Amino acid sequence: MSTVLSNVEVPAGVSLPIYMDNHATSPLDPRVLEAMMPFFTTKFGNAASRNHSFGWEAEQAVETAREQIAKLIGATAKEIIFTSGATESNNLAIKGIAEMYHERGNHIITQVTEHKAVLDTCKRLEKYGYRVTYLPVKADGLIDLEDLKRAIDDKTILVSIMAANNEIGVVQPIREIGKICHEKGVIFHTDAVQAVGKIPVNVIADNIDVLSLSGHKIYGPKGVGALYVRRRNPRVQIAAQIDGGGHERGMRSGTLNVPGIVGLGKACEIALAEMDSEAAYLRGLRDRLKAMLEAELDYIHVNGSMEHRLPGNLNVSFVYVEGESLLMGINDVAVSSGSACTSATLEPSYVLKALGLGDDVAHSSIRFGLGRFNTQAEVDYVGAKVIDIVKHLRELSPLYEMVKEGIDLTKIEWQAH
Amino acid sequence: MAYSEKVVDHYNNPRNVGTLDKGSTEVGTGLVGAPECGDVMRLQIRVNPETQVIEEAKFKTFGCGSAIASSSLATEWIKGRKVEEALTIKNTDIVKELSLPPVKIHCSVLAEDAIRAAIGDWKKKNGVAETAETVAVAK
Repeated sequence: MSTVLSNVEVPAGVSLPIYMDNHATSPLDPRVLEAMMPFFTTKFGNAASRNHSFGWEAEQAVETAREQIAKLIGATAKEIIFTSGATESNNLAIKGIAEMYHERGNHIITQVTEHKAVLDTCKRLEKYGYRVTYLPVKADGLIDLEDLKRAIDDKTILVSIMAANNEIGVVQPIREIGKICHEKGVIFHTDAVQAVGKIPVNVIADNIDVLSLSGHKIYGPKGVGALYVRRRNPRVQIAAQIDGGGHERGMRSGTLNVPGIVGLGKACEIALAEMDSEAAYLRGLRDRLKAMLEAELDYIHVNGSMEHRLPGNLNVSFVYVEGESLLMGINDVAVSSGSACTSATLEPSYVLKALGLGDDVAHSSIRFGLGRFNTQAEVDYVGAKVIDIVKHLRELSPLYEMVKEGIDLTKIEWQAH
Repeated sequence: MAYSEKVVDHYNNPRNVGTLDKGSTEVGTGLVGAPECGDVMRLQIRVNPETQVIEEAKFKTFGCGSAIASSSLATEWIKGRKVEEALTIKNTDIVKELSLPPVKIHCSVLAEDAIRAAIGDWKKKNGVAETAETVAVAK
C-alpha cells in the first residue's frame, strides 16, 4: 500500500515505519546481540557436555544468565528454569502444578483477561476433570480481591493471575493476591511477561511462587523464556511436561538454547540497571501522546486503569471510528487494534469486552506500545497522524454525525448481520 | 493485511461522502449494519421523480477500509442509473471490482443491502407522497 491521505510531515530524525507495538515483541537491544554473538560461533558448546571446555564454557554462560534473571526478580539462580518462552512457561507452570498436586485438589483460579496461553491451558485441564474459576475484572481491568477470597475453597491448588495485561497494560495487585494465596496455602503463579523488566517485580516481596517471563518482550531474543519456581517457603514442585535428558533438574528436558539464554540474561541485566530511568522516560512519552490526542479529539476513551498501568502502554478507543480503518490510515506506524476486523475470528478483543465495553467501543481501540527505542519525535508524529486520520474518518462516520446531532445510538434498531 | 489498490484509492479518496436531506420526498435513506458488528453504512439517494434516475448518491460509513470502499463504489455505480437498474447491482460485482478477500465479502453484502434499503425507503416514501398528493388533489 503506497498512498496515505494524511499531510502530516515526517520530522527530521524519524524514519518510517515507526514501531510502536512493543507489547507484541520488542527489538533486540544491540548490547544483547553483542553478548549473544560468540555463542553462535566460537562458543557453541552444549551446556550439558561435562567433559570438555566447550561444554564448561556454555554451562558457565548459562549459569551467569540464571543469576542475571534471578537478580531482576529477587529470586535465587537455582529457582530459574529455562524454557522456549512464556507460552511454554505458562503451560509448564499450570499443567505441571495441576499434575503434581492433583491429590490435594482439582480447583484452579484465574481471570478473564489472561493471555490465551493461560486461558487455553486452563480450558484443556477442564477437559481432564479440573475445575476452573475465571474471575471477572472491574471496569478498570483489575480483579476484585474479595472475589478471589470467595473463590478459594479447600480444593483450590493454584491461582494464576497475570502481573500486567498485554492489551491494556493494567497491573494487577499481585502482592495482595500472593498474600491471600499464602494465607490460604494455595500456590500463586503469575504470567509476568509484560511486567518483568518494566516495573519492579520481586518474588519474595510480592509473594509469588511461580512466575513466567520471556526474552523478546524485554529487548532480548525470541524463543527463550524462563519459569521461576520457588524452592523455599513453600517449596513448589512441578511435574515435567517435556521428558528427555533430565535437563533443568528434570523439570524441562531439551538441550539448552545457549545463545538465547545468554541474551535473556543480558536483557535482564540491562532492564534492572535501567528500569527506573526507562519507566520515567516511557511514562513521559505515553502521557505526552495521551495529552495530544485528548487535546484534539472528542469521544476518546482510555481503556483500563491509568493509575495501575505499565508506563509504556496506552490503549485508546476512538469512538465512532473503526479500528482497522484507522490502522489503514496510519500504515507507516506499527500499532495494534482490538477491532474484530484485525483478528482471524472476527470477534473484537475479549479483554476489552471483559471491561464491560460495548463491541462498538472495542472495535474502535488502538494499542500503543511504547518502548526503549521510541523517541519524542516519533510520538509527536504518531499523535499528529492519528489525530488527522481520526478526523478524516469521523467525517466519513455516520455514527459520529448522528451523535453530533444528538441522536442516541442505543435507541436505534440496528440490523445486526 | 494487504489491500487492493482500488480499496486504497476509495479509502484515500472516498467518492460522494455526505448527507442528503432525509426529510425530502426525493431522498431515500438506507442505514444498515450495526456498531457492535464494526460496520454501519448509510447510503442516500436523490431520485428525479420524472425520470426515476438517481441523480445524487451520498454515503457515510463506519467500518474497515473494505467497507468504506464498498460503499464508496456503490454510490459511484448507482449514480446516473434508474432505480430499477441500480437494484441489479450484486455484491459479487463489488467483490470482483475491489478484489475483496473472503473475510471481507460481508462488506460487499452490506453495500448491496444499503442500496436496497435506500431504494426501499425512497419507494415507501414516494408511495406515501403520491397518496398524500392524490388526497390533496381530491380536496
